[in-house]
Amino acid sequence: MKKMLLASTAAALVASSALAGGHAKEVKLGVLIGFTGPIESLAGPMASGAELAMQEATDSGKLLDAAKVIPMRADTGCIDNGLSTSNGERLIAEGVHGIIGGDCSGVTGAILQNVAIPNGMVMISPSATSPGLSTVEDNDLFFRTAPSDAREGEVMAEVLQDRGVTSIALTYTNNDYGKGLADAIESNFKKIGGEVTIVAAHEDGKADYSAEMGALASAGGDILVVAGYLDQGGLGIINAALDSGAFETFGLPGGMIGDSLPANVGSALNGSYGQIAGSGGEGIEKLTAMAGDAFDATSPYTPESYDAAALFMLAMQAADSTDPAEYGPKILEVANAPGEKIYPGELGKAFDILREGGDIDYVGASAVELIGPGESAGTYRLIEVKDGENATIGFK
Amino acid sequence: MDFLNAFIALSNFVIIPAVAYGSQLALGALGVTLIYGILRFSNFAHGDTMAFGAMVTVLMTWFFQAQGVSLGPLPTALLALPFGILGCMLLVLVTDRAVYRFYRAQKAKPVIFVIVSLGVTFILNGIVRFIIGPDDQRFLDGERFIISARTFREMTGLREGLAFKTTQGITIVTAVVVVALLFWFLNRTRTGKSMRAYSDNEDLALLSGINPERVVMVTWLIVAALATTAGVLYGLDKSFKPFTYFQLLLPIFASAIVGGLGNPLGAIAGGFVIAFSEVTVTYAWKKVVTYIVPEEVAPSGLLQLLSTDYKFAVSFLILLIVLLFKPTGLFKGKAV
Repeated sequence: MKKMLLASTAAALVASSALAGGHAKEVKLGVLIGFTGPIESLAGPMASGAELAMQEATDSGKLLDAAKVIPMRADTGCIDNGLSTSNGERLIAEGVHGIIGGDCSGVTGAILQNVAIPNGMVMISPSATSPGLSTVEDNDLFFRTAPSDAREGEVMAEVLQDRGVTSIALTYTNNDYGKGLADAIESNFKKIGGEVTIVAAHEDGKADYSAEMGALASAGGDILVVAGYLDQGGLGIINAALDSGAFETFGLPGGMIGDSLPANVGSALNGSYGQIAGSGGEGIEKLTAMAGDAFDATSPYTPESYDAAALFMLAMQAADSTDPAEYGPKILEVANAPGEKIYPGELGKAFDILREGGDIDYVGASAVELIGPGESAGTYRLIEVKDGENATIGFK
Repeated sequence: MDFLNAFIALSNFVIIPAVAYGSQLALGALGVTLIYGILRFSNFAHGDTMAFGAMVTVLMTWFFQAQGVSLGPLPTALLALPFGILGCMLLVLVTDRAVYRFYRAQKAKPVIFVIVSLGVTFILNGIVRFIIGPDDQRFLDGERFIISARTFREMTGLREGLAFKTTQGITIVTAVVVVALLFWFLNRTRTGKSMRAYSDNEDLALLSGINPERVVMVTWLIVAALATTAGVLYGLDKSFKPFTYFQLLLPIFASAIVGGLGNPLGAIAGGFVIAFSEVTVTYAWKKVVTYIVPEEVAPSGLLQLLSTDYKFAVSFLILLIVLLFKPTGLFKGKAV
């Protein structure tokens, strides 16, 4: 058995090196996201989105010298720092030219510190939203196509103000994401004169949230903002609130937006509202058409994944190099104005413009606009639950 | 000053949830305490026995729901409960045959039994997850509320609402019935008396002709019924998720030990002590106090002693205090 394993490994090695020799120019992009773990249901469409962009670039034959773009998937487990770091190192050892990932904020920080910075590798995360990543020392190697939760805090505060809410009770899932988002909502809402009666954490995966609800109800407030996960503690909190009659309307940030929440809670959720990162318009429609039945292009962070892959290849084309040190500084250039607007499906056209020395402004599927330290400015889709379904009522 | 609203708020957020939770803990602790009294070891597998019984009930409930059978306003799970109990009985008898009997024949020390039960825990844990999966399962149907907060407010015109869930009502009623049955069985029937005799003095019981294997079997059967009932009530009232039953082990053991291990009455008292402490210590008293005191001295803070994250710490703390100062528990049980 051992011998057979050795033999097959050796054979695989020979085969892969033979393949590598077969192509003159190859671009390898790592797709390092949580194929297992708490957001595993999102990882499939995300990877498909990124790979769609790579396929498009390969098919166009216009990237660099008709380079073939090869995706390499690796797992972060979403919350497993050890696994993500070792998989990140494996990707480096296999000679990737850029890493799309990580996905969850905690592991993204770990990969950045332990893999990307020591190796001078560029990372573009499609889904890490922790505000902490905005200020982290990243040697200009880290970008993200997802907006920071700090931005979501601003948007949420504006939404609350528009609806005339003056006081909120706030509960968050006890992790990097929940804490960061809750801080952002609290500070922004206070800034515009709102009152936050209580900020309390809740743990995911508990059966009973009546104790948490006791504290939240005692503090009171016009509505309860739940910065949690819709299939986890967030759902439990909402059920406990409705059961005890403590709150009737809920503010729902991105982690709480999904079809399963209205389905599980029922008609009592009608009238609750929130927002999720995402955009309407041309970009997402084009991506949906391109994806067809292969995967769900509107799944959270899938457009962002397509855009992350596209940004890598556009920057490489602009720098005429696959060396992270050379193409890294070009990422902000291709993502932002001035230049011709580029939507999904137009990568070939973009490569042509860049080859001729022109400028592009990549819009992509998620209306990419990179600000500050290289993160998405963020468009948000405003949601209100109507008749047991999430209805889009506008954009911000 | 508004004592009525204060009392309603207190009932809604403290008294009713704590009584329901206490009943669930008491049923769980009764099982632990029976095993300790008669088989003489701390059964760590109790939480997962509850999960297993509840799982069978959930599966049967789904079957009934698919067949269109229902109990009207009551949850269908009550109809499935006897099947869950049967399934659980089968499980504990098989475990006893396959595992515990071997160690009993060897007259193994209690600590070995404890470790063995820990092994059983992990196996059961795996089996339950394998069959039903690690996620939340919903199996509650029927009327959700006996009285909902909104109806109560409309009925009484008070500012505070009082919600009384059907599952809370069922929990309390079932707990009372089950406990009454258990005490009748232990005190009035021949088998019950032989169990108590066996618990008090094993050798003397053997000399007077009590069949130990029979006592052990009956104990397991009762424990299976108690565990399944507790598991199903907890699952109905909160939600069914295999892992939460493993977590429930701590408050259950705390209840049994606080009350006095091996003492059924103590297990019940312990369950309520733990439930009320957990809920009251982590409750934010602002609302209630605001109603009672004059407006000028109304508190601005939350008046919360401990954040709700520390709920389990409360059980730990009570457990430690009792073990330090009164190792036999509030009611005289056996020293641990």
